[in-house]
This record gives sequence, C-alpha cells and structure tokens, in this order.
Amino acid sequence: MVGQYLEFERPIVELENRLEELRRRSEVEEGDFSKEIEKLEKKIETIKREVYGNLNRWQITQLARHPDRPYTLDYVKMIFSDFIEIHGDRLFRDDPSIVAGFGEIEGRKVVLVGQQKGRTTKDKLYRNFGMPHPEGYRKALRAMKLAEKFSLPVLTFVDTPGAYPGIGAEERGQAEAIARNIMEMAGLKTPIVVAIIGEGGSGGALALGVGDRILMMEYAIYSVISPEGCASILWKDAGKGETAAEIMKISARDLEKFGIVDVVVEEPEGGAHRNPEAAAENLKREILSALDELEGMKIEEIVNKRYEKYRKIGEFKGGGK
Amino acid sequence: MALFKKKEKKKGNRKVTVPENLWIKCDNCREIIYRREVERNLKVCPKCNYHFRITVDERISSLIDEGTFEEFDADLESVDILGFVDTKKYTDRLAEAKRKSKRNEAVVTGRGKINGMDVVIAVFDFAFLGGSMGCVVGEKVTRAIEEATRREVPLIIVSASGGARMQEGTLSLMQMAKTSAAMKRFHDAGLPYISILTDPTTGGVAASFAMQGDVIISEPGALIGFAGPRVIEQTIMQKLPEGFQRAEFLLEKGMVDMIVPRTEMKETVSKLLGYMYRGEKKRASGKNG
Ligand SMILES: [Zn+2]
Repeated sequence: MVGQYLEFERPIVELENRLEELRRRSEVEEGDFSKEIEKLEKKIETIKREVYGNLNRWQITQLARHPDRPYTLDYVKMIFSDFIEIHGDRLFRDDPSIVAGFGEIEGRKVVLVGQQKGRTTKDKLYRNFGMPHPEGYRKALRAMKLAEKFSLPVLTFVDTPGAYPGIGAEERGQAEAIARNIMEMAGLKTPIVVAIIGEGGSGGALALGVGDRILMMEYAIYSVISPEGCASILWKDAGKGETAAEIMKISARDLEKFGIVDVVVEEPEGGAHRNPEAAAENLKREILSALDELEGMKIEEIVNKRYEKYRKIGEFKGGGK
Repeated sequence: MALFKKKEKKKGNRKVTVPENLWIKCDNCREIIYRREVERNLKVCPKCNYHFRITVDERISSLIDEGTFEEFDADLESVDILGFVDTKKYTDRLAEAKRKSKRNEAVVTGRGKINGMDVVIAVFDFAFLGGSMGCVVGEKVTRAIEEATRREVPLIIVSASGGARMQEGTLSLMQMAKTSAAMKRFHDAGLPYISILTDPTTGGVAASFAMQGDVIISEPGALIGFAGPRVIEQTIMQKLPEGFQRAEFLLEKGMVDMIVPRTEMKETVSKLLGYMYRGEKKRASGKNG
C-alpha cells in the first residue's frame, strides 16, 4: 500500500487494509482464510477498475500533483544510464527549480531540461515547489543552445504549477524569459522531445514545452491556468476547482484530441506513484521511439514540421479555414 | 415605468445643465479638464500626462497615415470549443463584446503607412474581453506577422491584454507558441519589430510577442508584467511597493527600451524604423551586392 492516498481512493484503501489484516491473521490463526481472501481480492480488482477507469479531470489533477508522484530526477534515475548536471544562467544565479544537463538513454546522448519539485519540506523550499524564476528559464535556454551547438537532441520534462509570481521574478523579467524560450524553441536547430510528466502550468510550462513530439503522461494535466486560479477569477471561489478542471478539459486524452499532445503515455493503474518503474519504462519507450523517428530526418525538415505543427493549432470560423 | 422615464428625463436635463460632454474628470489627477483639449491631445491629460485608454480606431489614427489603413482578417470569429459556461456562457460574452466593440475580436490587424513607410500593424482592444488571446487573436497576430515577413515590411504590435483566454483552454496557451514561431521567422528574416506596450500588458501576451520586440516601447504608467499584481500579493502575502510593474519600473529594471508619450509615439516609431529598415528593395539589393 502506498503511503499517501487521495479522498476518492478511500474505498480502495479500506478494502486493501482489510485484505492485509486478513492475510496477517491467516498466518497466525487456525482456519482457512483462502476463500475470503480470494473474494476480497476480486472485490478490490472490481472497485479499482471502477474508480481508476472513470477518473474525472479533478481526480486526475490530484494524481498529477500527488506527493509521491515521480519527479524529473526520479525519472532520470530510472531512465538514464548517465546524467551530468550543469548549473546557472551565467547572469544571476542557479535556479534549482529547473535541472539541466547531459544524459544518456540506451546509448543515445541528449540534453535534458526539466522542472524539479521537492519531496521533503526543506527540499520543496529549495526547489521553490517547481516554480521557476527567470534565471531558471535562462539556464534552460542555455542548455538548449548547447544541445543545438553540439547536435544533441533536447529532452524536456515539464512539471510545474507555473512560473513563480513574485517580486524578484518580475524584476528580472519573467515574461521576457518565457517569451524568449518559446520563440527560441520554435526555431531551435535540433530535435526537441517534450514530456509533460505532472503539472503543465500555463506559460511557465510552455517555456519548456515547444517541441517536435509532445508526450504526456496519462494522469498529467496541462492548462492555461490552474483550475483553482480559473475558478477564483470566474466564480470568485477557488473551491470550484473541480468545475473548472472539467470545463477547461486539461487531461492528456483531451489534449490529444485537440492536437496539442502527440502521445499519451500510459500509467500504471492508480497513477505513476503506485509503480514508478512501470511508469518510467513506458515513458522511456515513448521517448526512444520519438528520438528514433526524429533521428532519420534532416534538421530543416524537423524545424519546418515543428512550425506547421504549431501553425495549425486553433479553432475558429471565417477566413477561409 | 412612468417613474423610470421621468427619472431618466431628469437625469438628461441635468446633463445639459452640468455639461459632462464638455468637461471630464481626469482618473489620475482628479482635475476637471476640457474634453476637446484631451481629445486633441490623443486622450492624454494636459495637466498630469495621464494616458486614458483609447479605442483601436483612435490608436490606429494616432500611428498610421490617414487613409492608408487596410484591415486584414476582420471576418475571423471565435467559436466555443469547450462549451464554456461560468457565470455566463462564453458565447454570450463574445456576443456582448462584439456588440459593444462593433468588431469580431480583441485584436485588429492590417497594413498601412507610417510617414510614408509601409508597415504591418496589430492593435489590441482591452475592452474586448480584456484583450485576451484565444484562437482568433493568435491566428490574426500570426497571419499579420507572416504577412509582414512576406512583404518584407516592419511590424508594429500595440499590446493591451490580460493574457491568454481561459474560455478556450489550453488551445489559448498554444497561441503563444504559434505567434512566437511566426515571430522567430520574422526576426530571422532581418526585419524590424517594434513592440508598443500599453496599459495593461500581462500574462500570455506579455510572455510571448509583446516581449519579443527588437525595440520595446511603453506608454507612461502602463502596467506590464507576467503575473498580475493580485496574484503576486496573494503568493507572497504582502503588499506590493508603489509603482511596481509600471512602465517606469520596467525601464529602471532594463525590461523596456523607452517610455514614450502617446503624442510622440508616431514620430519615435518612424525615427527608429529609419535606422532599422532600409526598405524592401534596398534590402534585397544589399543582400545581392
Ligand atoms: Zn490628469
């Protein structure tokens, strides 16, 4: 059983606890528990299928933010055979909410850039809850320019509630840093594979999110504003996040339909945190397949196709479209 | 009903005795000023230099030579992709904004001349759903950038926006990428883009084309930033200092090149383009020779 569970998982957790109790008793007590155990196991299977097979977008949001969910460096450990981190934007400071470096996956060398959340309270503060400052985005761009210079593909992991809204961030040009990354990524002369692994929070996510292949974990979210932020503006009530999550259609399956996401990466039942190795295995497979596809293409063709990919996103009427 | 009518009439009479039409009160210095004088001054307060918000038409006529403006893509219209309803339906919000502005969307794009020089221009209308960028705004801006690239002419974007439009969800966010991709090509073609920031320019518009100018000019006092002041105050749980995120603050922090009053904007833009642009034919012969 996992350490932390969500409110909607309570029925599952209760049954799982009962099962555990039964198993323990069967070891120490006389009598045959096997039938009862089997019955309970079946019941758990059924209820899991029911709950996890019908997750609404708010439940998915909670999974995307789950405290046990694998973060960028967890995936790096599970997917990469080597990783050398680089630091700093050469202008102001190193921003630990973004990690960047050289890495190797199955013999393929890449430059990795990703937002990093913290696990413990101390670590959360150190990583600023995965909310980058401008210097984080500038470090990211520096890494991507290195990738371009040395003909290495870029792999990004997106996992942020959003770019940090603070005084220093504004003073140092948060808007400019994001705007520059988006523009430079659109024209970067090396392949870019993006994986949205947790929270894709608005412009702060897009600043690492422009690429040739957009992968998205099944229970990640990607939105223009957080559900709570949307709710507090529209209903003056941040508590209406559930309604906002539904109406904004922020799940991987939604975004696949809109043509924003290319590949939805399957997660283990109940979310990546329930079996991180399995989640990492699925993600790795899709990353390798995306890298393989792009490897055979000329860079001019890749950049042109990237342009066309974004050029056609949007729905409207009139104007001969 | 009768009572209501009577009241209205009374109010109408009062309007004649207190000539609100002739005099207005400045939002900033609270002085009573002569409306004609403000209008002649491009809606800048003659007493305190406060810049009132102006309409798209007023903006265009303040920058573009008379009779040279030709609008692009006025027929593009937003659709309710998500079936979005909050306290109102998105379709109703759109209809109301269209009725009030007599236009289809929050940005007007087109071409025209600035002191005889061909340019492509985009002007935001903050009154239209807060100048927010949905699919149509993104598409119109992208087409304008592409048109400027094709014609090899300078680009001017006058921004005023609260950011990406929530009612079109993640598709709105993607408009930041679409416009930026077009802007990358425009810059790579060696053409000049002057970004003019007006009050307010925040969120997804600030974090895309508004901050991608070769030269970035702001009107005095304009609020400019990524996050809105309220969001920042809620996050850091303290009051923001006076003047935070205003144009003067951004100039001091090195985020804009200059602050230019509206009355001098056209001449400044024209002068800058004189340095940055030598005309399409000269550019071509320069390349060849
Ligand atoms: Zn005044």
